[in-house]
Amino acid sequence: MTLSPLVSLIGRRVGASLVTLLFVSLAVFGIAQLMEGDVAEAILGQSATPEALAGLRAAMHLDQPAWERYLEWATGVLTGDPGRSLITGLPVWEMIAARLGNSLTLAGLTALVSVPLALLLGIVAAVKRGTAFDRTISIATIGIVSVPEFLIATLAVMLFAVTLRWLPALSSTRDVHSTWDLVRVFAMPVFSLACFVMAQMVRMTRAAVIDALDTSYAEAARLKGCSPARVVLRHALPNAIGPIANAIALSLSTLLGGVIVVEIIFNYPGVARLMVDAVATRDLPLVQTVAVIFCIAYLLLVTTADVVAILANPRLRHR
Amino acid sequence: MTAPLARIDHLRITATGEDGCEIVIVPDATLSVAPGEVLALIGESGSGKTTIALSLLGYARPGCQIAGGTIEVAGQRLDTASAEELRSIRGRTVAYVAQSAAAAFNPSLTIMAQVIEPALIHGTLDRAAAETKAKDLFRRLALPDPEGVGDRYPHQVSGGQLQRLMAAMALITDPKLVIFDEPTTALDVTTQIEVLKAFKDAVRDLGTTAVYVTHDLSVVAQIADRIAVLKGGEVQELGTTEQILFAPTHDYSRALVAAAAPRTPAVAPAVEEKPLLDLWGVVAGYGGTNHDGSPRVKILDGIDVSIRRGQVLGVIGESGCGKSTLARVVAGLHAPTAGRILLDGTPLPPVVRRRSRDELRRVQMVFQSADTALNPAVSVGAAIARPLAFYHGMDRASARAEVARLLDLVRLPAALADRLPGELSGGQKQRVNLARALAARPDLLLCDEVTSALDPVVAEAVLDLLIELRRELGLAYMFITHDLEIVRAISDDVLVLYAGRVAERVTRDGLRHGAHHPYTRLLTASVPELRPGWLEETPARDAAAAGGARMRDMGCSFLPRCPKAVDACAAEMPPMLIEDDRRIFCHRSVDTLAGR
Repeated sequence: MTLSPLVSLIGRRVGASLVTLLFVSLAVFGIAQLMEGDVAEAILGQSATPEALAGLRAAMHLDQPAWERYLEWATGVLTGDPGRSLITGLPVWEMIAARLGNSLTLAGLTALVSVPLALLLGIVAAVKRGTAFDRTISIATIGIVSVPEFLIATLAVMLFAVTLRWLPALSSTRDVHSTWDLVRVFAMPVFSLACFVMAQMVRMTRAAVIDALDTSYAEAARLKGCSPARVVLRHALPNAIGPIANAIALSLSTLLGGVIVVEIIFNYPGVARLMVDAVATRDLPLVQTVAVIFCIAYLLLVTTADVVAILANPRLRHR
Repeated sequence: MTAPLARIDHLRITATGEDGCEIVIVPDATLSVAPGEVLALIGESGSGKTTIALSLLGYARPGCQIAGGTIEVAGQRLDTASAEELRSIRGRTVAYVAQSAAAAFNPSLTIMAQVIEPALIHGTLDRAAAETKAKDLFRRLALPDPEGVGDRYPHQVSGGQLQRLMAAMALITDPKLVIFDEPTTALDVTTQIEVLKAFKDAVRDLGTTAVYVTHDLSVVAQIADRIAVLKGGEVQELGTTEQILFAPTHDYSRALVAAAAPRTPAVAPAVEEKPLLDLWGVVAGYGGTNHDGSPRVKILDGIDVSIRRGQVLGVIGESGCGKSTLARVVAGLHAPTAGRILLDGTPLPPVVRRRSRDELRRVQMVFQSADTALNPAVSVGAAIARPLAFYHGMDRASARAEVARLLDLVRLPAALADRLPGELSGGQKQRVNLARALAARPDLLLCDEVTSALDPVVAEAVLDLLIELRRELGLAYMFITHDLEIVRAISDDVLVLYAGRVAERVTRDGLRHGAHHPYTRLLTASVPELRPGWLEETPARDAAAAGGARMRDMGCSFLPRCPKAVDACAAEMPPMLIEDDRRIFCHRSVDTLAGR
């Protein structure tokens, strides 16, 4: 059986992810406890008297010990009900569901644009190593890495929305009525995010392909009479998939952090904005659930990259 | 005389150095290969032999370029050919067998996909015909499981088999010329002989023209019709194999032949009777331990060894037999799971951090690869001064004088102390390594394949140095090597390891005659001799296939390859046979083993 060790290997990775998830949820809860003030203060604002605070805290079960509140919330998440928002009283899940689609659309479109483009640029730069093209790519990626995404986003707004007036400054999905609208609405957020995630992917792809092209087997392939394209696509690339998949996963996971900033600049109604608002009002159930969703997305990406790397490597596939 | 198949005329190959100036690798080389002949290119590293061989594919390694001269193969000019034309020649007219097949096979493609690739690229055969032909070649190259081996991945096949599979890949298009680039250098002698035999048979049966690159004259003697001796990118002498081997005219050819000839053993100084190092029942391995404390993967099992003061023990065996692990156990780098290590009769702690400074000082190790054993950022003098300060508490001034003395001891100029390792040659680095070990003033030196990365002439000089040092300083060596010639030249006693157990212990002189373990016999018969025809005569030719020497829990591990096996070999551990100068672990009688 060649399958069973593979399944157990993948099983171990997934198991490790679940343990990580548990720790992350504990850590988020713990950090939230350290924050100054609580939701009762946020709601009552100026009219907070000690009596009113105590009453509201009791009503919201905030007077229970921290571990009890954590357990309650955790069992809730496991049974599919992460509770209600302390501010709006709406079910947390409903609030997130409304925004999650928007955020996933933004992240998905960015991935769709950036991954193929990054692979192409990385591979071409590796093949044309040392040429003007390669150096241009290298300088451009270093430049973009060193500029924070909010700066790119702000510059894009100033150029395309304020000066040229080609695109709307704010991205609201409600304005979308046609494909052209979709392009107009998403162009700037996707552009800002793509710049930010692509740079790292291009650099890693270039490095991994160069490594594979410098091996004896790539030389042996050239000496067999393989064309340059065949050497890259059939001989070098399969051996570079592992590192490339990991670079893609890591880059796309930084996308999650990037989304927060970009959603706010473009006033885009996504999950990240929801989380920022929830932190401001100390709406813990909402903060925790969104954090766990981000964590799941991250683990999903990294675990997928691991599994892809395992499947791409015959040494791990056939022991 | 027939027209040559391949011709190189006034070839000049240059490289561009880091500072942009031109470095000449091959200044002016001229040679030709007649149809059906095997031409050997022989020389030390840096002689340009691989560079010249690759030029026959119109190829120069990255950073190098073919700067002048003409290259012609089968009527086609390669030096002026376009990239397109070169692609149609490579793998079709001229094929290449790389030095390390383990690295030259793509780890993520099956073997069959890679072997038939040249035929598919060049359109000489369709997939089905190519696979049939590949299996036929596998059979011809005496590969086990010719039907199934193609479905495997490279990491599932042994190094000797990969080397033959690479030859199959080269031969699949019936090329006019095959370049063999040191194809057996990385292999054990017992594997090398199988591969050589397979190559020679295939080349003869198919009438292939070949260029065979190597630094090993004994190998060349078996396979080549003519030899070109190279040095500094120029042909020093070109002649028939017999002429070069038995009547070399050029000085450099004479030096090469002299270095390849068997060495006269060093005269052994008087050795004390008291043992310096004693190993009793040492067991070591990897992967954690079982309930009974034995390692999950055993590398060494029940090793008893003793080395007397001033004695040289040669430890020999195939790669993977545990000889390096043995040195690491003695050095305290690898803790044994059972057994005792005694130094001068007192037990030595199993791990290095429990050993006292004096215990550490007395056992020093010289590593195989001088390149990686020296810190590239630390000067030679500082590297040698470190143990002087650590073990002997020397201050800077007296250490400086001692460094000069040690460099002189290993025959290096004292001025080298200020250099960095990167500025030294391979032989010099190994001497520095040696000086660093000697700085501790040890009693026992563990030498792990210290000459195997060096060119023959340089290795020769390092060996001579070791022999002299032993005489001057009364050192004891544990000398680990896979090269029987070296063992014969330097050791007093020889320990033959097979799959982690002792097969035989014998004196150096005893190695030449009398009863031996069948594995010792296979080893001695596998070392190529410096004469044509040896390959056809040696008894090792018909030995059972190597590959996968495994330690068996029950019985003798050598059983699957043993020509003298009996029923008892499978069931019981071999007993120790004792004859005056040897101990043999075998079920057969001394008379049988002696062939009496």
